[in-house]
Formats: sequence, structure tokens, C-alpha cells
Amino acid sequence: MEQLNYRHIALSRAKGSRLQAVVGVVASGDLEVLVERTLPDGECEVDIRTPITGFGDVWRAVVADFVQLRSPGGLKLSVNDGGARPDMVSLRLAQAVRAVAGDRV
Amino acid sequence: MRDTGRRDRDQRLQAGARHAEGKRVHRQNATALLEAVIRPGDRVCLEGDNQKQADLLAVALAAADSATLHDLHLVRSGVVLPEHLDVFEKGIAKRLDYAYSGPQSARIARLLFGGKIELGAVHTYLELFARYYIDLTPQVALIAAVSADRHGNLYTGPNTEDTPAIVEATAFKDGVVIAQVNEIVDTLPRVDIPGDWVHFVVESGKPFYVEPLFTRDPAAITETQILTAMLAIKGIYAPYGVQRLNHGIGFNTAAIELLLPTYGERLGLKGKVASHWALNPHPTLIPAIESGWVRQIHSFGSEVGMDEYIRARSDVYFTGPDGSLRSNRAFCQMAGLYACDMFIGSTLQIDLKGNSSTVTVERVAGFGGAPNMGSDARGRRHPSQPWLQAGKEADPDGPAALRRGRKLVVQIGETFGDQNVPLFVEHLDALNLAEKLHLDLAPVMVYSDDVTHIVTEEGIANLLLCRDADEREQAIRGVAGYTQIGRERDAAMVQRLRERGVIRRPEDLGIDPLDADRRLLAARSIKDLVHWSGGLYAPPSKFRNW
Amino acid sequence: MTGELSWYESTARQRLAGLLDQDSFVEFIGPEQRETSPHLPLFDLPAQFDDGMIVGRARLQATHVLVAAQEGRFMGGAFGEVHGAKLTGLLRAARDIGSMPVVILFDTGGVRLQEANAGELAIAEIMRALLEARLAGVPVVGLIGGRAGCYGGGGLIAGCCSALAVSEQGRISVSGPEVIETNRGVEEFDSKDRALVWRTMGGKHRRLIGGAELFADDSMASFRAAAVSLLKNAPPFTAKTLEAEQARLEERIARFGRCEDAVNIWTTLGVPDALSVPAMPYADFVALADRLETSHHDAR
Repeated sequence: MEQLNYRHIALSRAKGSRLQAVVGVVASGDLEVLVERTLPDGECEVDIRTPITGFGDVWRAVVADFVQLRSPGGLKLSVNDGGARPDMVSLRLAQAVRAVAGDRV
Repeated sequence: MRDTGRRDRDQRLQAGARHAEGKRVHRQNATALLEAVIRPGDRVCLEGDNQKQADLLAVALAAADSATLHDLHLVRSGVVLPEHLDVFEKGIAKRLDYAYSGPQSARIARLLFGGKIELGAVHTYLELFARYYIDLTPQVALIAAVSADRHGNLYTGPNTEDTPAIVEATAFKDGVVIAQVNEIVDTLPRVDIPGDWVHFVVESGKPFYVEPLFTRDPAAITETQILTAMLAIKGIYAPYGVQRLNHGIGFNTAAIELLLPTYGERLGLKGKVASHWALNPHPTLIPAIESGWVRQIHSFGSEVGMDEYIRARSDVYFTGPDGSLRSNRAFCQMAGLYACDMFIGSTLQIDLKGNSSTVTVERVAGFGGAPNMGSDARGRRHPSQPWLQAGKEADPDGPAALRRGRKLVVQIGETFGDQNVPLFVEHLDALNLAEKLHLDLAPVMVYSDDVTHIVTEEGIANLLLCRDADEREQAIRGVAGYTQIGRERDAAMVQRLRERGVIRRPEDLGIDPLDADRRLLAARSIKDLVHWSGGLYAPPSKFRNW
Repeated sequence: MTGELSWYESTARQRLAGLLDQDSFVEFIGPEQRETSPHLPLFDLPAQFDDGMIVGRARLQATHVLVAAQEGRFMGGAFGEVHGAKLTGLLRAARDIGSMPVVILFDTGGVRLQEANAGELAIAEIMRALLEARLAGVPVVGLIGGRAGCYGGGGLIAGCCSALAVSEQGRISVSGPEVIETNRGVEEFDSKDRALVWRTMGGKHRRLIGGAELFADDSMASFRAAAVSLLKNAPPFTAKTLEAEQARLEERIARFGRCEDAVNIWTTLGVPDALSVPAMPYADFVALADRLETSHHDAR
């Protein structure tokens, strides 16, 4: 198992008032994202546990793009990865932000 | 009189007659018949494409004594059953010309490398059929039909497939045609092959083998595949107004088929796109047919479980007076080549020019029909809106009247495929294979100068609008996502290409990736498809969960 | 056909959202507690924050209930140490509280191989806790309709419930199809013959043979209605109940014990065209099953 952790500055606070949400399932090709509103508004952290090692570069790029696109300020996102592809990761991270905003996912 | 061929055939028929009562041969005598009729070194066509297989005759051939039958040259569409390769291991066959080898792709690779097979060439279906009439005419054809009558007339039914192309070439060039049939009956539902063209009939007593190849379970379609489907519909089908098309088999195209009645409807596209098809009877098209999208479909073959539904939809499918489907691979391939304005399908690898291939070094799957579908038909002359529009994009500066139209050839897929293997590569595995097997050409499925668009979850690259090789490379990198190819893009150039519309992202088309939801699919399970068909579709057992 | 996701296709959390009164669900030991499996990391396998078992309280048509839902897509919904302990704890709480019925959303292949001992113990503890809850007058009902079905220890637990609702896609058994084929041969049971698998273990058969009280459609609304109905009609748990169950099972095996296939059982039951059952639409099947049912019982 590999553990990766990325901290970013976010441009704006993630919308909504919910304090936590969880999306996805740890299944082959999928991932679970637990999102908690526990950080200061301008910060974001993504913590990843994955059984597929050696893809740090890809995770880093995916997370960086996610932060830039979705403005997840104040959020800590914890990921349990079941071997998902980058596009599925982007999707679940975006769904997590939507879920903690209180929107229907 | 130069009629050695005819006299030769008469001798073969006499030799075979010892094992027959008229045309009728008992299945126990099948091997003896083949040993009598076929001569060493003969060119033999053993029928079997990617669906129907003349399995009894394949087993009978593989059981022959290699002292009697050896060094045969097999010319055939599909290498599918184990017996198709057993004949090479046993020395019954030596040389092979074929088109497709899906299930046997690993074993055929081993036999090729091991020198047990002398490879003529790997063809597309249409090329092979064409060569049956010029330089690969079979001396003996072993075919499969549903039933025969006492005169040897044959009913080939929904899985007619290659049979007419094979039989005409063989019968009219002094060849011998041997048919296996499920049963011999008094009256056929209809005559697909006239008895005059058939010399021997072997009753197998059970249905010939058919691969269920074209059924895709909607339950397996992912959100990413749905996103690519939305991009294709809104970014290509709609703006070009594609009415006449062929879908290669795959989950991305299955998703498109299932999005027409929902997403396509929402975009107001019914009647404007996807009305005339060269396509096997995909169960995933049932909702679109039921919703009134489809005027007509011609098919290469049939599909397991679809017979009753097809019977009840003779307005849409090609059916005989008996009500059952009549497929014809040769004509459907021709239709896909000349009468369709778009091919869209998936692949395993795409390089930086846009060449695409399904070959990996351990597997030699052949070409099938994709290169026919996925190529610009330069002999075409009749215009259509999509064809002219694509031609204009490719050659904006030339005089309009001398401009060639272009068929839309779209490669669609996720940036990472099965086992998280990247779709985009620097060098195709096909190149390594060509080296290893000493092939003149690397087995490329669709050539870069035929590909017009690439669709991934990151967006659409319109290669018609690229002015040089650099732009083309960056356009490809620009939709290659997080693969290494994608991450090495020239970001500034990709941005410029996006501004020109060469690359379009989902946002540029008003699509939010979060909206790519399974709830958009008109059917989400095989059961849903059965429901849509009014209970007429009978899926094979492996797809059931009820 | 568009719109809401089906029960079969949904995740455990989506099922809870579809089943229960809106915004009424309060989770116990939620994912933020990170009570994950201590065993899976030893096998280099990813854990899930809730270990594939969600427990909590909610309202179901305004009735206060305790709920548990298994995530069938995580480790096949199989029981592990933490997964099992959460359900044991919920059932013991139900016993102690006494006034809140329990709804269990099953979706399980049985016990996790990686946590075999803990998993088997959990099954036993759950069965005991379930029966103690029932003895205390608490109805415990089960809903079955997910991809993993309800197999192994899950099937045993389901057998201890007050009542069950099952959909067509759902399956209830102890041994799985592959295990039967491996042990008895393919002639006895061809696990690849999916029509056979569903005839033998699937929802329609279970409804007809009395293995489940209600047959639900593959939708949130249908399972919701079924859960409400099961809770309303849950029988008491007494010695009389057990004796009736024993009698019914004896009668069942006497009546159907020589049948070769479910189709023969259905014919014996009085189904006019047994072969038409698998393809029969929902409403027709419910009507048929209701018509054939001789008497209400608490036995499966």
C-alpha cells in the first residue's frame, strides 16, 4: 500500500454548510472519498491510500487540477483507492465537493 | 476446350460419392469425405467469421490423417475454434490467409512465432472476399447452414454472414462446396443458397456454434464512457448531421446507443442523426429503435437472442419472406465503406500521429472489418452533408468543386483502458510485432490519415483542422489526459488549438462531467433491454440475473 | 426507466437515502471515526472507512427504526471483524431499547476469507443478538436485492429474521453456486447456468417456496413499501412460532423433496405455466404468489 499526501492553497472556500460527506465505494476501479470541512478556508488537503504503487506523478497532477478547478477551500479529502483510473478519481473528488456543499450527487 | 478445372472437380465429386447417398453424407463419414474430396496442397475455405462456425466440419478436418491430407492452404475469415489451429499443429494445414482471430489470438501468435504457420497475410473481411474471386479462390469450401432440403438448397438464416461470398466464388470456379446443416427438412423457410451450388450436405443434428459477440451489458457502462458518448453526440453527430453510420463494437458506442433516446432527445436530434445503420443487431440499440430513431439497419451477421425481436421489426431490419433476418457480411462491409458517413469505434493503442492498432505483442487479433469501416473511401462520389463538411475542414483553401469529401472516422475511448493501460503510446506494439514476424507492414487498424476525430473523456480532437504534424501531435496530446503522452503536452500550443476549436473540452460543449450519470442511459441492465423489447429479446444465459 | 437508480445498482448509502424518510438518518460509528479493518492492510488490500457496514437510526414513514446496510461492492459485502461487530452492537442496542424495530439491508457473499475466524464468530454473535432482540419483542426484518445476494453466514442470519422481502435480482442461499458445482459436479449444478442459479436461489423462487414473505420490485419505492409492510405484520417470537416453523419445513420437504428443479416445485405448488415464471412481470408475479399462498407463517 502506498500513502500519498498533498496540501494546497485553495482560491476560495468550498460552498455549502455540510460538515462531512462520503462518496464512492472501495471496489475494483472505484474509490471512496471522505470529505471533512476541518481546515482553514484557504487550505486543502488530499490524503490517499492506494494499493497500486508508483503513480505518484499522476496523483499529483490529478489533485493539482482538481484544486484549481473545484476550489475546495477548507476541505480535507481522504481517499481509499480500489485501483481507479485518473478520470474516476477526478469524478469522485468533484462529487465529494458537490456532496459537502449539500447538493445532490 | 480448356476445362481441366471442371474435370478435376468431377473427379473429386466421384471420389466423394463413395461416402454419400446423393448429396447426403452421414456425419460419421465427414472425415472420410474430406479426405476423398480434398487433395494435399489445396486451398480450402473453412467457414467461420467472428460469429457462425462450421464446427462439425472443423472437427472433421482436424481428425483427418495427415498422411492423406497435408500442406493445405487455409483461406478463411476467422480463426476462432481450437480445431482451426489444431490442423496446423498436426501438419494438415501449412499456410494461412485470414482476417480475424479474437479468441485464439494468443495461440495463433505462438504458432506463428514457432513457425508452424506460414502466414500469407492478415486481411480485412472485404479484402479476403475480394481475393476469393481473383487469386485465393477456394478449391473446396466447408460452410455452415441452418438447414437443407433434399436438393441441397440451403437456408442460412439470420447468420447468413459470409456464406454467399464464399459459395459463389467456389461454385463458379469449379470448386466443391460441402455444407454442414443442423437438419435436413422437406421445405426450407426460404432459399438462401441454391442447391445447384452445393455438392455435399452433412447433417450435424444440432445447431452450429455461434459466438455472442455484440452484446454489451449496460450494467457495465461507466460514467466516463457515458461522458465520451455525450461528447460524441453533441460534438460530432449533431454538428455534422450524421444520419448514416456504423458503430464498432464496444462500451463507448453502446453508451451512445443508449443515450440517443435520452440525451439525444433532449438535444432535439431525433430524425436528424443516426437513422440509417450498417450494424449487427446490437441489443443496446433496442431503446433507440423503440423510440423511433432508426429507419433501417443492414447487418453483417446476427446476434444471439435477437431473432424474435428482429422478426417483429421487419420495418427496420432486412428480413426474408419467412420473417427471419438475412445478414450479409460482404454487402454490409461494402455499405459501411461507401454508404456510411461515419465510423466510430474503440481501439487499444493510438500513437502521436493518430495511427491506431489493436495488436499487442502476445496477441494477434487480426483486422476483422474495422479497417474497411474505419477508412476514407476514396472511390466514393456521391455527396452528403457530413462528407462535404468534413472535406471542407480538411481542405479549406482548395477550390470547392475539386475538393474530396471525407468520411468521419472517429476513435473513441478512455485515456486509460483495461488494467489501467494507457491508450496513447509513443510506439505501437504493432511495430514490434512486425519486426518479430518479419511482416512488410505493421498491423495498423486505422491509419492516421484516415482518422478524423479522437474522443476521450478529456475532449474531442478534430484532426481535420490540424495544419501540420506538430498541431496533430499536440491535438492528440491535448486529449490524452493524465497518460505520459498527455502530461508531456505543450500547454501553450494546446491552449491555442482549443481557441481554434481543434480541441474541444466538455465545458466548451456545455457538458459538465458530473452530469455524465448512469441515470442518463435509456436502459441500465440487460433486463431493461428485455423490457424495452416487449419481452422479445431473449439474452443468452451468461447475461441473466433473474 | 431514467430517473432514480434501481435498488440493485445502488450503493448501500444510496439505498438508505432512498428507503428512509428524508434527512432522518443518523449514523453510528460513521466513516469519520475511521474504524477500519485491522486485517486487510496485512494483505495489502484497501480498507473502507465504514468497513462496508453502515449502522444508525432513522425514521421510516415516521416510525423510529434502527438500520444496518451492507455495501455489496466492498469485498463482496462479506463479513469481517469490524463489519460484524457493528451489526452485533446494533442488534444488542435494539434488544436493550426494546421499542425500535430493526431493518437490515443485506448484500453479502458470506464471511471474508481474510478475516475468517473473526467473521465466523461475528455471524454467531449476530444470530444470537438478533434472536435476543426478537425475544425482547423487537421485529428484525431483512431486505435482499443486491448484486452479492445473501449468502453464507448472511443467509443464516436472514433465516433468523422475523420476515424478509426479496426482489427478482436478489438471491438467498447458504452455499454459493460455484461451491455446489465444485463439491457435487457440474451435472448436479452448473454454476454458469445463470437461469438455473436464479431458479434455485433467486427472489421469485424464494417468494414462492416461502423463503421470503414479500416480493419487491427493483426500486426504492417498492422496497420502502415492503419494509413498512414487513414491520407492520411482523409475527411474535414464541415457542409456538418455532413449532409452526418446524411443521412447515417438514411439510415442505415432504411435498417437494423429490422435485428435480424449481420448475417442478412451482408446478406442484399449482403454478399454471411454471416455465413462464422467470420472465413474468412484477405485478403478475406478485398476484400469482399471493394467490398461491395457503396460509401465513413465520417460517423460511
